[in-house]
Amino acid sequence: MKQKKKGEKKMALFDDVRDIIVEQLHVPPEKVSLEAKFIEDLGADSLDTVELIMAFEEKFNLQISEEEAQKLDTVGKAVAYLEDKTKA
Amino acid sequence: MNRVVVTGIGAITPVGNDIKTTWDNFLKGKSGVDTIKGFDTSRHTVKIAGEVKDFEPEKKFDPKIIKKLDRCVQLCLWATSEAVADAQIDFDQCDKTQIGVIIGSGIGGLHTWEREYSKFIEKGPARVSPFLIPMMIPDMTSGYVAIHWGLKGPNYTTISACASGAHAIGDAFRAIKYGDANVVVTGGSEAPVTPFALAGFSNMRALSRRNDEPQKASRPFDVDRDGFIMAEGAATLILEDLEFAKKRGAKIYAEIVGFGATGDGYHITAPAPEGEGARRSMERAIKEAGCRKDEINYVNTHGTSTELNDKFEAVAIKKLFGDHTKKLVLNATKSMIGHTLGAAGAIEAVVVLLSMRDGIVHTSLNLENPLPECNGLDFVAGGPRKVIIDCAISNSLGFGGHNATLCFKRFSD
Repeated sequence: MKQKKKGEKKMALFDDVRDIIVEQLHVPPEKVSLEAKFIEDLGADSLDTVELIMAFEEKFNLQISEEEAQKLDTVGKAVAYLEDKTKA
Repeated sequence: MNRVVVTGIGAITPVGNDIKTTWDNFLKGKSGVDTIKGFDTSRHTVKIAGEVKDFEPEKKFDPKIIKKLDRCVQLCLWATSEAVADAQIDFDQCDKTQIGVIIGSGIGGLHTWEREYSKFIEKGPARVSPFLIPMMIPDMTSGYVAIHWGLKGPNYTTISACASGAHAIGDAFRAIKYGDANVVVTGGSEAPVTPFALAGFSNMRALSRRNDEPQKASRPFDVDRDGFIMAEGAATLILEDLEFAKKRGAKIYAEIVGFGATGDGYHITAPAPEGEGARRSMERAIKEAGCRKDEINYVNTHGTSTELNDKFEAVAIKKLFGDHTKKLVLNATKSMIGHTLGAAGAIEAVVVLLSMRDGIVHTSLNLENPLPECNGLDFVAGGPRKVIIDCAISNSLGFGGHNATLCFKRFSD
């Protein structure tokens, strides 16, 4: 039961992240997989990635340091990071 | 020295999103001034402006790109795309290092500036967009046009308030004349109709407060004028070295033969008494053109509808042209659409070219009782007039005391 709830939460978080990426980068939702790299696969440039991080901060009400932000180069890494930071 | 011709034009104005619609409406005498629709003006004294209507750039260009461009650059891109198509020039067949971009803008990305500054105040520095600076800087008009078409010749933006567009065309003309480029994409763009800028211009007492009669508010050279009307828009011209244009069989609108630029050295907003700086600007343009003053038969005035500009510009024209003054035909394009600031010089250059092409000069709207200073000046009013134009000048005079005049001549080989 606990496992399932966790899974649902993760899916909801992925949906939120995907929506932000689709809106910010103007990519079709199906391209936003966990493996997708922001720059190479989703066409972001360095300013786009800064804007994306800001959108994540806004949506999830948290601060992401520049050092941490630089490590988040794929959708999966961003989801995992946000999941960890938003754990109750 | 190379001869310089205009081979393509594009425009987006408060009376039309392309050249044809804009020009048709100019000839019909349709005003583009109206109550502001773009934002709530309930707290503003001035509630009217010349806004571009039904502008949906994301339908014509990649939405991902449009999102990163301020409205000022979007308007410029729109007009430039029409001008490039009109010139039927295939940049891929040209040496792109010989194609420059010099576009003027008085203020640049005001919409972006205001949006991001509000975020800064409400949410703090961490929420300011990384695109603030590239979207806000006024030179992104020239920068982005070059990026879009891969153009690598001289590239910069001219900033001289209401004369920015004319200075851009003047510099583009010189770049080709002196051999720095074969082709220059030039013009002006402005998107200043924002809550903050409206407050600033309004508090200068520069704007008309005729809120109840928007179409009658812009009335250059009329005794009942009470200020200018803020407006947005863009126009782009493709300038070419005559030999380059001939080689590719381009159609030619007209030749640019002179550019005059002077400074008032007088006041931050008021023009120098008797339009002394404007007079010298016209004089220089005509001198470079190598024509006699009595060869000029059309003057597209700066005519803003403000107290001092109109009075001094009229005096300056009469002083310069002397006895020939009565043979000049004049009008004020701002009577139709308001003042598009950095775009005005470019839109008015386009008006001169179309007037020359079609042999018709559009009316000066609302010129019902001309100023005493206009005595002896033949303004087109009450409807358009057929005039064969051989040689024309267009004036642009900016806050800061920047004066620019362009001189155009009917093309003959």
